[in-house]
Amino acid sequence: MSRTRVVVTGLGTTSPLGGDVASTWEGLLAGRSGVRPLGDMAEGLPVTIGAPAAVDPTEVLDRVVARRLDRSSQLALVAALEAWADSGLDTVKDAGELDGDRFGVAFASGIGGVHTLLSNHEVLLEKGPRRVSPISVPMLMANAPAATISLKLGARGPVNTPVSACASGNEAVSLAADQIRLGRVDVAIAGGTEAAIHPLPIAAFANMMALSKNDGDPTTVSRPFDTGRDGFVLGEGAGALVLESLEHAQARGARIYAEVLGTGITADAHDIAQPDPAGRGGARAIRLAVQDAGVAPSDIAHVNAHATSTPQGDVAESLMLHAVLGSAANDLVVSATKSMTGHLLGGAGALEAVATVLAIKNRTAPPTINLDEQDPRVELDVATKPRDLPLGDIAAINNSFGFGGANVAVVFGSVS
Amino acid sequence: MSTEEIRAALAEIVNEVAGIPAENVQLDKSFSDDLDVDSLSMVEVVVEAEEKFGVTIPDDEVKNLKTVGDAVSYIERNRAA
Repeated sequence: MSRTRVVVTGLGTTSPLGGDVASTWEGLLAGRSGVRPLGDMAEGLPVTIGAPAAVDPTEVLDRVVARRLDRSSQLALVAALEAWADSGLDTVKDAGELDGDRFGVAFASGIGGVHTLLSNHEVLLEKGPRRVSPISVPMLMANAPAATISLKLGARGPVNTPVSACASGNEAVSLAADQIRLGRVDVAIAGGTEAAIHPLPIAAFANMMALSKNDGDPTTVSRPFDTGRDGFVLGEGAGALVLESLEHAQARGARIYAEVLGTGITADAHDIAQPDPAGRGGARAIRLAVQDAGVAPSDIAHVNAHATSTPQGDVAESLMLHAVLGSAANDLVVSATKSMTGHLLGGAGALEAVATVLAIKNRTAPPTINLDEQDPRVELDVATKPRDLPLGDIAAINNSFGFGGANVAVVFGSVS
Repeated sequence: MSTEEIRAALAEIVNEVAGIPAENVQLDKSFSDDLDVDSLSMVEVVVEAEEKFGVTIPDDEVKNLKTVGDAVSYIERNRAA
């Protein structure tokens, strides 16, 4: 029996570069940075810059809907609704022709509803337990973003929350594709979200020396693969993809962006926070994804790198690509979009999946900004300007790695 | 505060929590049947009303507050003079 093919039919995002896919993609191609000073909320913190969502989700969502959601779920809902409308499944559903039992969600965040947790903790301390919001648990629970999407769109199949720190968004794409391949659902919304720009996570990430301490022009601080990189910049936002079995998509005449060809998930079992310097776990994830995809190394035209702008991680990723792809690693175009968006943690893999799919669809790899002097240990062709990708059948890899040693690679392919 | 002032202030809370137009929040309206205020929203309304009117509304009492009028008269009876 032939395997069920999974395709991408809808995209959505709300990111540091814009409130939707069009503005975000335009920002990526223009090489625009979403990093800026955080203002009063960061006063006294060791790091005072970040890449907040460009559009406040409360300006987009209905007021009563928004007040019952943590900011992470607000962002998730905005991205999911865009992807849903983009796929055209909204009209299929309105016509009563979508089977909600065969519709799932895999949506993640790395940190969860941290704003709700901490603001209610303040209320508890200042005003007492009676004033703690009765809806704080459904707002802050880890599966709140996935459940919010399920409720809003009527998804009654598996509604999952794969949490793997900064690999969460990419793992959600992998899990949703698996659910379709296993025949459990025909349609799934996959994605990730994060809203952790709050003094406590900023202090915590800074204290573990993960964030850049560069106090120069904020737009130059996130510099993946550059010799001057010294840590990541915290970003905020969400990405969402509508995945569908090819059969389901074709039956309704859907526009198809790309195909999910293969996925690989591994763990380092090396350290809770540091990546394996040799990148062995990451390499295994990439190898599994490429094998699962059934493509040759020479078919891979593009990689959206995890590349967070940390000293160790960026070098390890170069090692991984060479270990798996051999000399073909020299011939593909690498983009590190975190140079513009900062690091969306659990949302990163999802936003970058959106960027990878668009790169394939538009045959253009987005640039990497702030790459003034490439680290000589990074032996990769990193795009610094938008770069054309080949016509014909191509594949691209989206890499994501997370604390806990999580490694997720997803291979997307063009659909002719 | 007059009965009408309490009703109007409560209506503002219900509007804030559940998005019900304040003018619909009248004494004869049932929170759950007429105004579609679900149980968690009702707890939010109660907590905000306690703060606004300086009253305590025990959990056991909340189930007796079926209509806006029930809540207004409870607040009237229990407010510090």
